[in-house]
Amino acid sequence: MSAPVKHADGAVGLADAVEAATGESVFNCYQCGKCMAGCPLAEEMDLAPNQVLRLLQLGQPGMDEEVLGSLSIWLCLTCEQCSTRCPQEVDIPKITDWLRQESQRRGLANKKAKAILAFHTSFLDTIRRGGRLHEVGLITTFKLRTWRFFQDVLVAPKLLARGKLSILPHRIEGHAGVKRIFDRCATEAADPEHKGNQP
Amino acid sequence: MRIGFFPGCSLEGSSREYLESIREVAAVLGIELAEIPDWNCCGATAAHTLNHRLALALPARTLALAEQAGLDEVVVPCSACYNRLAGTRHELLHDEALRQQITDIIEMNWHGATRVLNVLEWLNRVVGELPGHVSAPFGHRVACYYGCYLTRPKALAACRRIEDPTEMDDLVRAVGAEPIRWAYKVECCGAGLSVSRTESVARLSERIVSDAVERGAEAIVVACPMCHTNLDLRRDAILAAAPPGGRSRIAGIPVLYVTQVVGLAMGVSLRPLGLHRHHVPVRLSAAPPSVAPAAAGEGEE
Repeated sequence: MSAPVKHADGAVGLADAVEAATGESVFNCYQCGKCMAGCPLAEEMDLAPNQVLRLLQLGQPGMDEEVLGSLSIWLCLTCEQCSTRCPQEVDIPKITDWLRQESQRRGLANKKAKAILAFHTSFLDTIRRGGRLHEVGLITTFKLRTWRFFQDVLVAPKLLARGKLSILPHRIEGHAGVKRIFDRCATEAADPEHKGNQP
Repeated sequence: MRIGFFPGCSLEGSSREYLESIREVAAVLGIELAEIPDWNCCGATAAHTLNHRLALALPARTLALAEQAGLDEVVVPCSACYNRLAGTRHELLHDEALRQQITDIIEMNWHGATRVLNVLEWLNRVVGELPGHVSAPFGHRVACYYGCYLTRPKALAACRRIEDPTEMDDLVRAVGAEPIRWAYKVECCGAGLSVSRTESVARLSERIVSDAVERGAEAIVVACPMCHTNLDLRRDAILAAAPPGGRSRIAGIPVLYVTQVVGLAMGVSLRPLGLHRHHVPVRLSAAPPSVAPAAAGEGEE
């Protein structure tokens, strides 16, 4: 275990919070750049995966916020290419998942990630309601959240014609149990529409 | 033979041809698929992105139901569901405190008795029997596309060679197809950003489709509904992302589920395999028997 990274004001930095929550130490990274080289979306990211780890390692004032406010953490596809190739076996996707949740808890989620967040939130809404994904419900909720009413209007009729869309949702018998699971997990949840809510 | 089965949400909706073709192939092989009673969504990317405990609890409920039903093994055809179910099982089996926490949340017992298999693991067990069922060898050059979750993470990997897996190649070869060597077997298609960031997905998927075409594939074969959606349904977006000169060449290459390829070779007709449901029309028919004897495994090079 590494020495805690102290900020100028004496607060413990994000690197230690990452390790406490995920068991992953960012200090294992020696900046070889293999993760960036293999990351399919690195070219669209504001911070490459190894740069995220570098900022966490340094822990200077403002750096934690830069990480939590980055677009990168939301772009990550969790394809796990980086962690599979990492010579130090740093589980970057695991760290990234935690950073996303921390970013939400602190209300720092990048504005450009709005659609991505809206999709994930809409997805979980439909599961909470019926226990299984209802694609029509998901897309409708997503459009209402993002005002992207015209997206995929050409795709939907094709799906319908090929018998691939169910208009009515399927509700599993244990849907009440699933709802309870959501409620119990909600203390850790980070609903983007309730920014700043502490667990 | 009887084996547990978890279809997952996509297979009941936009990827129902995957389910149809799995059922057809299982019927020919005489395998009964026992669906987990009242299964729920695995939570997918959304859950692990937004809520770690939920991402474990949702798959745990399904795994507990499988265990209650006395299923030793469950086939999970969607790679993303497979990753979530197998990953949850792995994480809970290695952390007793977490297992306790999650079983409290789902109000069910769970001991980890049910193993999770993907479609390649399942079919490769009977790969020796496949040539015996082949009546119309699939005599085409194909690019086997594995994507992310059949080879990663290492702890769960169903394929032995992480960077250049061969399990799907073995399967299609057993039914008369000729798998090509290519560079994008395990590159990500963009997966869960398909709706929220279609342009990014199109850019990644364009490279996959183009490489398959450039190396002479007549079809791309997949084992995941997300991969299929991005390579097939998103083809118009892929074409828009392609360099203008390269569009016509990549417009027509169809994307088939591995179970559709196996089913065609078994002589099942197009409709029961759901081949009419694709966005990019599947114009390949099973090749005439003269083209490729089922037993032949060698490539042409």
